[in-house]
Amino acid sequence: MTGDILDGWETVIGLEVHAELATNTKLFSSARNVFGGEPNTNIDPVSLGLPGSLPVLNKKAVELAIRVGLALNCRVQRSVFARKNYFYPDMPKAYQISQFDLPINEGGWLELPDGRQIGIERAHLEEDTGKSSHVGGGGRIHEADYSLVDYNRAGVPLIEIVGAPDLRSADDAREYVAELRSILVAIGASDGKMEEGSMRVDCNVSVRPQGNQEFGTRCEVKNINSLRSLGRAIEYEARRQVDIITSGQQVEQQTRHWDEADGRTHTLRSKEEAFDYRYFSEPDLVPLDPSPEWITEIQESQPSLPRQRRIDLAKASKTEPRDVALIVQKDLDEFALSAIEKGADASRVLVHLANNLADGVGHLTEDAFAALIHLETSGDLSATQAKTVLADLVDKGGDPDQVAADHGFEAMDTSELDALIESIINEHPDDWLAFVQGDAEERKKKSGFFVGQVMKMTKGQADGKVVNDILLHRAEN
Amino acid sequence: MNAREIPSAIRNGETTAKEVLETHLKVIQNREEEIHAFNLVMEEEARNEAERIDALAAKGEDPGPLTGIPIAVKDNVCTQGVPTTCSSKILDGWRPPYDATIIERLRDAGAVIVGKTNLDEFAMGASTENSAFGPTRNPLDTTRVPGGSSGGSAAAVAAGFAPLAIGSDTGGSIRQPAALCGVVGVKPTYGRVSRYGLVAFASSLDQIGPFAETVADAALLLEVISGHDPLDTTSIPEPPLDLSTALTQGVEGLRIGVIDELSGGAIEGISDDVLGCLEDAVQALTSAGAIVERTSVPSTVYGLSAYYVIAPAEASSNLARYDGVRFGPRVDAKTTSEMMVATRTAGFGDEVKRRIMLGTYALSAGYYDAYYGKSQKVRTLIMNDFANAYKKYDLLLSPTAPTTAFPLGDKTEDPLQMYLQDICTISSNLAGHPAMSVPFGEGTDGLPVGIQVLASAMDEHTMFRAGAVLEASNQGKS
Repeated sequence: MTGDILDGWETVIGLEVHAELATNTKLFSSARNVFGGEPNTNIDPVSLGLPGSLPVLNKKAVELAIRVGLALNCRVQRSVFARKNYFYPDMPKAYQISQFDLPINEGGWLELPDGRQIGIERAHLEEDTGKSSHVGGGGRIHEADYSLVDYNRAGVPLIEIVGAPDLRSADDAREYVAELRSILVAIGASDGKMEEGSMRVDCNVSVRPQGNQEFGTRCEVKNINSLRSLGRAIEYEARRQVDIITSGQQVEQQTRHWDEADGRTHTLRSKEEAFDYRYFSEPDLVPLDPSPEWITEIQESQPSLPRQRRIDLAKASKTEPRDVALIVQKDLDEFALSAIEKGADASRVLVHLANNLADGVGHLTEDAFAALIHLETSGDLSATQAKTVLADLVDKGGDPDQVAADHGFEAMDTSELDALIESIINEHPDDWLAFVQGDAEERKKKSGFFVGQVMKMTKGQADGKVVNDILLHRAEN
Repeated sequence: MNAREIPSAIRNGETTAKEVLETHLKVIQNREEEIHAFNLVMEEEARNEAERIDALAAKGEDPGPLTGIPIAVKDNVCTQGVPTTCSSKILDGWRPPYDATIIERLRDAGAVIVGKTNLDEFAMGASTENSAFGPTRNPLDTTRVPGGSSGGSAAAVAAGFAPLAIGSDTGGSIRQPAALCGVVGVKPTYGRVSRYGLVAFASSLDQIGPFAETVADAALLLEVISGHDPLDTTSIPEPPLDLSTALTQGVEGLRIGVIDELSGGAIEGISDDVLGCLEDAVQALTSAGAIVERTSVPSTVYGLSAYYVIAPAEASSNLARYDGVRFGPRVDAKTTSEMMVATRTAGFGDEVKRRIMLGTYALSAGYYDAYYGKSQKVRTLIMNDFANAYKKYDLLLSPTAPTTAFPLGDKTEDPLQMYLQDICTISSNLAGHPAMSVPFGEGTDGLPVGIQVLASAMDEHTMFRAGAVLEASNQGKS
């Protein structure tokens, strides 16, 4: 895609993804970790950074962080918390407890559905900040009339997953985030909701002439709130950088802000204005050193990951892993496997899941799904009828036979159908002749005509495939 | 009456908590205006608490090991609903919504909190002159400082305002004022007492500890406040201390090393009369059966330099939260960051600002390795030197402070002179080891001298053995 826009240039992308961990309480206190809620209700002395308060590490958050590390093939190691110091009103202590030179997870990889492995540099634990709303002056802190701060989010556990600069296009980046999200959801580490901010993506973009091995100067783009804006922001930013270079100038290392409304990135701060975070080890917390037994225990209780699930479903349905990526992403692979196991035709299972069940299975059970596909492949229901019945099953549940009967869908006796086709042939002798004598194209056209007539007379109850078989059989005898 | 005698007297009906409290409130009334040990005297709360304790005792219930003992608490320990100022304008009007863990333990033990004591702002200082609310004076000579930063607590005990007090010690802030006021002061092993609710100065060095008139009373208070607290991750997972046997055990056969560097050796500025008292202390311990000899802990000479990088570095971060956003006074300005600057400029005193700047600089990109990184290495070196010394000795000994109490204003113009007050005490904080100051003898000016007993981590027991022997010998002399 970028090849089209930026001929001769390669985009290099590395993503930093923050995901809120699905714990009941905050990373360092017993205040609740829930989305929404009245401002400043899920708080306590620790979340507010009140003088004298001290952090106590949440064990569940550590377990989930280790799960993430293991799922991303990282080394899980002894780690140390560090203070990242900077002043901001929504940062209660004016420092964030994070991990710096010794993160809990280091050196892993994530496999995209097409089999490419993307490096994971680290995945570390840190606390979230509060949330500011700036009132007046366009919603930015500098021009605001006043600001309000909600500390419900302050101290919520985050895992920051730093990816290697291995991605080469907006599509790559979207696939990476989608895959990462699937993994986080699969292992129960996060709900991965970008729209609620429980998963946030910062994006490092640089460009270089195709074939160059050296990296160009990168810019970090912040404020990306959906997969769609991720793609748009990358394409805009890559274009901007290529334009700068081709006009003879140099890209300046910057942090930039994506503006969804105008579809551009804007300078937030230059390299010179970058914060000096004055990191040092957090003296209020002892080093975190999970026992090998605990790590093994977590490893053994890991659920099957999307990569393995794609392989399993592809094997069961005799396709390629990348062809079933969407189904796995939507968490429908177990449903598919179960239907296949119950004898349903695998290709029909995949087709229905991809086309007719994209919004979820609703009240449809695996048994009903398998039974419906049986009715369809045995010719008892046409494809169109099957789709109608399926929609009902999703809405209300029930037994496919009964739902089909309620619609008046009954499998037509072949002899009954044969008689109907004969009468149609008799009414349209010229069309029939053209069908019998015509070339492949003509025959296809006329078959369409006859199937249409049959459907019209049977109100769509006939199976188009069976009608075609009868037509062919008659033409050749 | 010693603190230790109060609970049984109340239980026996010889007196009441109310009566004990009123006696002390009367002393406070007489001298507090002159001394200024307190930022706040909690008369009403204390009276209510004393009544509650008397009611319990009347029903035959035991209100706890500190039944009815009045206690003064340094004003950097959070007390629910009661102003906690750290003697800083920046916390003016702030009332914590929670109690520090040790405050809960004191209440559960039946103690009666009489007030919050003055300190150098955010515990930064050695004279209690760096208080936004004015200095505390030494009850033994009101032209002199009480030491610091826990000067208010030391003065409260010395003046008889309360037989017990709570202090905090980051570089000597309990021991040095104890020495200058002629009372007992203990810095326990780092992690022995919960820091939850202690307003942080330098988190890796801060430790809460007791002040008392006697070694036995200090032990009693330490027993109550020590022990694991799940709210402080750095608290040691051990039950509360039991020091009862230490007080009578003596020092027979103990090997005690006198730190050469602090006793007329490498470090200058320890006055002759203080060194004289140290010699007497050595004699006293020797006659009690200890084997005492001089020994070297070479890296102690670097302690002060390392401390004045590490402590300000942590302080610069710990004190960043005072930004006018969530609590305390706010100075309005056009933008948020201007508001923060204006609030901090108005709210912090000079010494606090000096240390915030020192610490910020030491942690800055490009300087970190040369200052903070190097200081951490020195800290490791000091720990190693102490570990070596404790292979050979059960305890170490030194003066607590270089001089007796000095006049108010004497060192306020020269921060480095003030910093030197902590020269003997700082290494214990860097190592995380316990140390205590026991009054022993007096200087040529007639003011008390403190002798410091140092022990290896977790060995408060042996330390109190020597403390008790020194105390007995000192009392025998007078």
